[in-house]
Amino acid sequence: MLRPRIIPCLLLQGGGLVKTVRFREPKYVGDPINAVRIFNEKEADELIVLDIGATTGGATPNLRLIGQFATECRMPLCYGGGIKTREQAKQIIALGVEKVALSSAAIENPGLIPLIADDIGRQSVVVVLDVRRKRFGSDYEIWTHNGTTNTGKSAIEFAQQAAALGAGEIVINSIDRDGEMKGYDLEFAQNIRKALDIPMTVLGGAGSLEDIGQLVRTCGVVGAAAGSLFVFKGTYRAVLINYPKQAQREQLISANLTART
Amino acid sequence: MIGIVDYGLGNISAFANVYRRLGIDVVVVRDARTLRGATKIILPGVGAFDHAMELLNASGMREPLDEMVLGASVPVLGICVGMQILAGGSDEGRAAGLGWIDGGVSSFKSLGRFDLLLPHMGWNDVQPAQAVGLFSGLETDARFYFLHSFYFECTRPQDVAAVSSYGVDFACAVHSRNIYGVQFHPEKSHHFGTQLLKNFAEL
Repeated sequence: MLRPRIIPCLLLQGGGLVKTVRFREPKYVGDPINAVRIFNEKEADELIVLDIGATTGGATPNLRLIGQFATECRMPLCYGGGIKTREQAKQIIALGVEKVALSSAAIENPGLIPLIADDIGRQSVVVVLDVRRKRFGSDYEIWTHNGTTNTGKSAIEFAQQAAALGAGEIVINSIDRDGEMKGYDLEFAQNIRKALDIPMTVLGGAGSLEDIGQLVRTCGVVGAAAGSLFVFKGTYRAVLINYPKQAQREQLISANLTART
Repeated sequence: MIGIVDYGLGNISAFANVYRRLGIDVVVVRDARTLRGATKIILPGVGAFDHAMELLNASGMREPLDEMVLGASVPVLGICVGMQILAGGSDEGRAAGLGWIDGGVSSFKSLGRFDLLLPHMGWNDVQPAQAVGLFSGLETDARFYFLHSFYFECTRPQDVAAVSSYGVDFACAVHSRNIYGVQFHPEKSHHFGTQLLKNFAEL
């Protein structure tokens, strides 16, 4: 049975590991390579690493650091941040990263998606959409540059377009739930799940394993990504890298998949 | 010495790391001369079938690979697209594969009524179909990470080494003589993958 994926999402800024709340107030939480080693030991399903300084800072992907991640990481790795060209995508795959995450570059120029898919295979092309509910209405819009620029594009329409163009996976990242640890936006997750025929990962809002369980119950086999949940412990948000044990994961997943059908 | 063939595709360093941690010597192979020094061969690969064949054929290692694997029976393990190119060809493209194991590569989409998401992405169960050393210690409860939309269809049922299920039961590992292939990523499958790579080294 193919299982839902429980995915720690690590944010980088200036080479350090940070965690944000609603895309702001990045708090330094430690050394990213050390975090990768801990997730290796805990046998995490997969890892997403996003360099949140790369696009806004106008920088290119830090290939040396990405290479270190790929070398250290014993689980599948998705890297995003600052990828604008086919050449960069190829270089990152050649370093041993399984998937590259495109965001603002693909949103501004969707034509980039099929070109990169041709080079590295669509299974390795992830499109990350930072979304926020429209001020009026129920639709969600895509924002870029760490949630500071509203593109006005509909999240669902663009996700479908990206899938049709060659994306192998869509990551939906809720800006307003980031770091809040109050649960995923289940209604939106379900809407976007229904609109897509490629794998999807939901990020933003998970505060407990029960939140992940609810996402699985709502969306079935899905990627459940979380930042704060796996780097903080307790009400005071003390930094402690953590991840559920395999038996716990199995139980969580089977209970919620059963509840779904 | 295990040679990891670097023809421009696949996670070379991830394989090297797993073996280094196991204390097993590996060499990254980029030319015919180094390749000839290997006693076992790992053939990685990601991306599109034709692109993989194009790069492999242009690498200068195609001929020695054929000689070593088919002539000298050097054990080889193809991974992901490195497994798919063991076949004669693929629905994904037009290039001829290595043709080392009888069969072809098909899309899940070509199955009528296939309604699951593609690519097949994530952790899935792997059930060995025959007692093959590659799966020693992995007979029950083994799971591996998959990332693919095409799968290997063996002409001869006895070449199916392990089966996984995604809408359909498919060969996620193949084996014939000294030739092995796995569709999943052992280099990214934690202790299950480490065990499989160790098994290959000990064959």
